[in-house]
Amino acid sequence: MIHTLSISELTVSRGERLLFQGLDLRIQAGEAVVLTGANGAGKTSLLRTIAGLLRPDAGEVAFHDGDGNPLDERLARGRETHFLGHQDGLKISRTAREELGFQCDWLGHVQCGMDDAVQAFGLAPLLDLEVRRLSAGQRRRLAMGRLVGSPRALWLLDEPMAPLDARWRAVFADQMRRHLDADGLILAAVHDPLPLPARTLDLGGLT
Amino acid sequence: MSRPVDAEPRPPGLRGATRVLLERELDLAWSGGGGPLLACGFFACLTAVLPLAVGGDPRTLSPVAGGIAWLALALASLLSLERLFERDLEDGALDLLALGHLPLESVVLIKALAQWIAVGLPLALTAPVAALALGLPPALVPLTALSALIGGAGFACTGTLGAALALGAKRGGLLIAVVVLPLFIPPVVFGAGALERAASGQSPAPALAFLGAYVLFAGVIAAFAGAAAVRNAQG
Repeated sequence: MIHTLSISELTVSRGERLLFQGLDLRIQAGEAVVLTGANGAGKTSLLRTIAGLLRPDAGEVAFHDGDGNPLDERLARGRETHFLGHQDGLKISRTAREELGFQCDWLGHVQCGMDDAVQAFGLAPLLDLEVRRLSAGQRRRLAMGRLVGSPRALWLLDEPMAPLDARWRAVFADQMRRHLDADGLILAAVHDPLPLPARTLDLGGLT
Repeated sequence: MSRPVDAEPRPPGLRGATRVLLERELDLAWSGGGGPLLACGFFACLTAVLPLAVGGDPRTLSPVAGGIAWLALALASLLSLERLFERDLEDGALDLLALGHLPLESVVLIKALAQWIAVGLPLALTAPVAALALGLPPALVPLTALSALIGGAGFACTGTLGAALALGAKRGGLLIAVVVLPLFIPPVVFGAGALERAASGQSPAPALAFLGAYVLFAGVIAAFAGAAAVRNAQG
């Protein structure tokens, strides 16, 4: 399982615009890093690059296990990485139960993964509703279900708290704490500070 | 009840993940406005309009019935291609699919398979009926269904590739039609050719073999080129 995520000399640009260059970052098991920066500074692009959805211009993203052995990139991303972006990846025509079940099954889960997810984010009353009937906050909670339902070591979160109300922000903070206690890794792009101890990486900003 | 992260998640396994994705794709094909019924309805309309355009004389219609059925098949297969990847890209589900246990190549193939089952299969059942109505000899009905079934797999693979290539383009649906229709020429030639050979008393086997070869070729190309196109659209 992923113990260390190391990024070295990473340069990413979108089209003609250079977002950042020579970025170094190292996250170890049990550690959370908060990514800050102005709109357009490249927070989302960095997360997508780590998830393998975006090709960097230069530099390397590497995953290592507890003994320092490098992990195969495809396996590390395909089996041990969660990416929770702005878009929830939910199909509006299907019920919450179908979508949560699909996401957990597709990403791989433990026996009671879906029940844990339902319990953690209070999804029980939503399960039989079509996703189109859910509010933004409810959809986000449903999408977060896969973080719990399908345990993976590395969480890449893009503004995870934005649509949540105070109660569910606290619940999610609690889930993040548990994840860190269980030797997980978190890299989260946020505007509001995370309610847990975390290092900050500032990508700066545009003027 | 906190579960340690290193409680090894049970991977769905290759077969499990394939089944899970296939079920979802089939569900989406049916729920998205009854895609298969739409394709069959379109197919029926096309074959119904034709006699009105060229006249209902059985002597003109009967010799071309097989060919027209194949043309209509190709056009009807285009209908639901746009939703294959475009919606997954819009709502972020494509990111989820890229981070699963299966490589994107497999995802593309599974989508093509679902497209075949959801659209190709119903069309293969509709095709003989429509061809009969146009005056196809009843003896050719089984061959029409069989060749439409094989050809449908080719349409599904090529169509899936076209849908992946058109990802992110404005008015992608039209673009898909323009990209994909020329690639539909071989199966139409082989499929209609099989019917023509059978009608003239020759064995349709060579044409069917070519049709099968096209399907295999399209499947391989669609998997690799389609996955590359999806990655490009994500980045």
